[in-house]
Amino acid sequence: MKISMQVNGAAQSHDVEPRTLLVQYIRESCGLTGTNIGCDTSSCGACTIHLDGESAKSCTILAAQADGGTVTTIEGMASADGTLHPMQEAFRLNHGLQCGYCTPGMVMAATGLLKEIPHPTEEEVRLGLEGNLCRCTGYHNIVKAVLAAAEQG
Amino acid sequence: MTDILDSVLADDAPFHGTVGQPLKRKEDPKLLTGEGKFTDDIVVAGSVQMGFVRSPYAHARIRSIDTSDAAKAPGVVAVFTGADLVGEWAGAMPCAWPVTADMKNPAHYPLAVGTATYCGDAVAVVVAETKAQAADAVAMVVVDYEELSAVVGVKDALSDRVVIHPELGTNQSYVWDLKPDEDKVNAAFASAAHTVKCEYVQQRLIPAAMEPRGVLVVPQPFGGEFVVYSSTQIPHILKVMLGLTVGIPEQKLRVIAPAVGGGFGSKLNVYAEEVLALALARKLRRPVRWTETRTENTQATIHGRGQEQVIELAADAEGKITAVRVQILADMGAYLQLVTPGVPLLGSFLYTGVYAVPAFSFRCTAVFTNLTPTDAYRGAGRPEASYAIERAVDTLAAQIGLDPAEIRRRNFIPADAFPYPSASGLVFDSGNYEPALAKALAHADYDGLRAKQVAEKASKSTIRTGVGISSYFEICGLAPSRALASLNYSAGGWEAATVRVLPTCKVQVISGATPHGQGHETTWSQIVADKLGISPDDIEVLHSDTAISPLGLDTYGSRSLAVGGTAIWIATDKVIAKAKAIAAHQLEAADDDVEFAAGVFSVKGSPDRALPLAAIAFGAFTAHNLPDGMEPNLEAHCTWDPPNFTFPFGTHIAIVEIDTETGRTTLKKYVCVDDCGNQINPLIVQGQIHGGVIQGIAQALFEGVEYDDKGNLLTSTLADYLVPSAADVPSLITDHTVTPSPVNPMGVKGAGEAGTIGSAPAVMNAIVDALRDFGVNDLLMPATPQRVWQAISHSAN
Repeated sequence: MKISMQVNGAAQSHDVEPRTLLVQYIRESCGLTGTNIGCDTSSCGACTIHLDGESAKSCTILAAQADGGTVTTIEGMASADGTLHPMQEAFRLNHGLQCGYCTPGMVMAATGLLKEIPHPTEEEVRLGLEGNLCRCTGYHNIVKAVLAAAEQG
Repeated sequence: MTDILDSVLADDAPFHGTVGQPLKRKEDPKLLTGEGKFTDDIVVAGSVQMGFVRSPYAHARIRSIDTSDAAKAPGVVAVFTGADLVGEWAGAMPCAWPVTADMKNPAHYPLAVGTATYCGDAVAVVVAETKAQAADAVAMVVVDYEELSAVVGVKDALSDRVVIHPELGTNQSYVWDLKPDEDKVNAAFASAAHTVKCEYVQQRLIPAAMEPRGVLVVPQPFGGEFVVYSSTQIPHILKVMLGLTVGIPEQKLRVIAPAVGGGFGSKLNVYAEEVLALALARKLRRPVRWTETRTENTQATIHGRGQEQVIELAADAEGKITAVRVQILADMGAYLQLVTPGVPLLGSFLYTGVYAVPAFSFRCTAVFTNLTPTDAYRGAGRPEASYAIERAVDTLAAQIGLDPAEIRRRNFIPADAFPYPSASGLVFDSGNYEPALAKALAHADYDGLRAKQVAEKASKSTIRTGVGISSYFEICGLAPSRALASLNYSAGGWEAATVRVLPTCKVQVISGATPHGQGHETTWSQIVADKLGISPDDIEVLHSDTAISPLGLDTYGSRSLAVGGTAIWIATDKVIAKAKAIAAHQLEAADDDVEFAAGVFSVKGSPDRALPLAAIAFGAFTAHNLPDGMEPNLEAHCTWDPPNFTFPFGTHIAIVEIDTETGRTTLKKYVCVDDCGNQINPLIVQGQIHGGVIQGIAQALFEGVEYDDKGNLLTSTLADYLVPSAADVPSLITDHTVTPSPVNPMGVKGAGEAGTIGSAPAVMNAIVDALRDFGVNDLLMPATPQRVWQAISHSAN
């Protein structure tokens, strides 16, 4: 079946098998490999993207369900001139990443969280990121980064 | 040419030292923007996908495998069973650590032949054009299994009720002793005022690196060469082992570890899928790839821990420990992977802890089970050891009626006793344990917490506070090659580095260490930048590709800075020495009269007679005016073999609150004071500690592999296996002391695993501390609400 969507501001249109997951579509059809796959039970959040302005795990959505939608992935976060998004910058300043595999999903989830709660408490950040797993950082610096990004407004 | 030189020399930003500064990581921008390429991100036209048929039984005879339907499925290129590929192998899957001369090591190959010996053991491989087609065809392979009785526990294994590998005649792989003086140990126990005997279970853990494993092998069919991309911690070791198992000359192999999404030891291995991908790329003359699913990861990637421990302490009337006796029963799983048998040995030297114990005895008995093979995971043997001694010391303190902080103070190896020849035979490099304990107690408000506990008890509160101390140490900087020889390890422990100053005074640092999150590019740049007096931004660190860094022993065991960093340090010194000789020649001065500071060579006493490094670099490149006989260019190599291990240490304190009506444990506060010697980048060091600590907390509270009595893995997804999220754990209070190591010129020790090694006993000591009034002296990990509630309910109080 043929599906079309806006991904990071560009029109994408491809023939896909109906069973294709959105994450597979993003990675394989669009060639945007920043969005990662870390599990097969929607537990880890490595594949978090924004669909129509809300953060979503792209492994829980069929590509066909996103037909006509607007998707932002990690590749769409920095400005065209290379300036990092404030959340990306906060992760860098606070050492909120080590191996970097969970990072795209974390950044997308954290950005989505601040949209809902612009000035969260530490507890709200921790609860808000509950669906995104990281094995390197122990979350300490991720939480610090998100709080710092919130402070920056 | 003069114009070029002038433009290089014009780039003279003022020099500031960076070592010890929390520099932002060079690695981050590409990882933050999705530009970083992990193995599964690499696209190669014409590649085919592997899919695996895995045994659903822990122990089963394979009667037959029918691949005919799968072979006809859309997109399928080929289907192979273990029997089909017998002719492909030049050697069995490698184990590099035959710990004893008579260790039993069953030969195993990438696909099981005849018998499957654990749930997830691969019995056939499908090769198809796409992942989906491979997955579809895997489901069409029909395997006729005869289920056999499975060995799930280590004691059952030891009984030989069922012998898993009949050709061995037993499930026992080896017995390894570290018994320097048994008479002394026996005498200490015979004359002890106090003794304790404690039994602990180190449950299996799933490493769960966030990036599942992946491999891509690209053949050059007419050149006979292969490029292997793998999500591995050990491209250098993997290259050697692939050559030996698949029978391809090593010089025809190039192994690249692209961005690697965490390893923690689980990617310190040679896996069946890597070996198969190479063999099939050779056979099919096409690029072959595979990416693990998370469920495969829980079954077919190694597990960590898996030990049953018995530790006995003898002490005098004042609580001074006079002997430690340890016996452990270690679960190897179904086969020996790369360093499976050596993991308990890495811990063996640590069972006397940070204490001045004169007599020590250790025995490890290792057995096979019908479970996923175990191997190195985040601390590898050392978390198990620190857990046993730190829990046992608390038990001893409780028996004697001593405060847990006081018993530790009484037993610490004194700061002036280093280098300390331990009872185990190793010499501990440096240590100063009291200040770390004192700092941790202050951060925790220890006395305040003890007062709070008294008040809780008096008020009959249903919430009980517990305080747990762990004064851990560990063994890093793996390793002096001769020490590894004495442990029967099949390789050395050196690390290699090359430092190359390019014509424009930009620098390439080539390291044999293989980072996967540790920030080497930043740390190595800081070291070299300071020595050469240039900016870290002018340095490019190259690694993880055997064609670029042909020599290396990779990253594990918190070794990269202490060993690999030292190699870089020395190679840089060699570069400076050569540059100095060029400077002396050009300044017409004697070598000894030239000094180097902040990037400038100058003649002592004549600061106007000076040449910047940039001029020397360009001069070394043009070679117009070098000393007679000197080779052009400015580069140097070092392979560093450390004279000793390093021994980082620290004290961690966990503060928990337990709801005695529900058994729920809440970690209220966690303090860690760590000493890894000098720190190059404190931001990176802290990050390493944070992650490690959360893993130790997770072992104590959340994680544990569960099998049923038939050996079925019950925790085979991240929905079943509780990797903690941000919501499950608190922020951490970190601090440090600095006790430099005398083993290397930077005085560094290692920080990658310290957090994990220190933390699990702190949490469990806190839980037991909260429940002592209820007669609880021990609990199994993970201390789930159910376990805690049952312990309280079953208590007499």
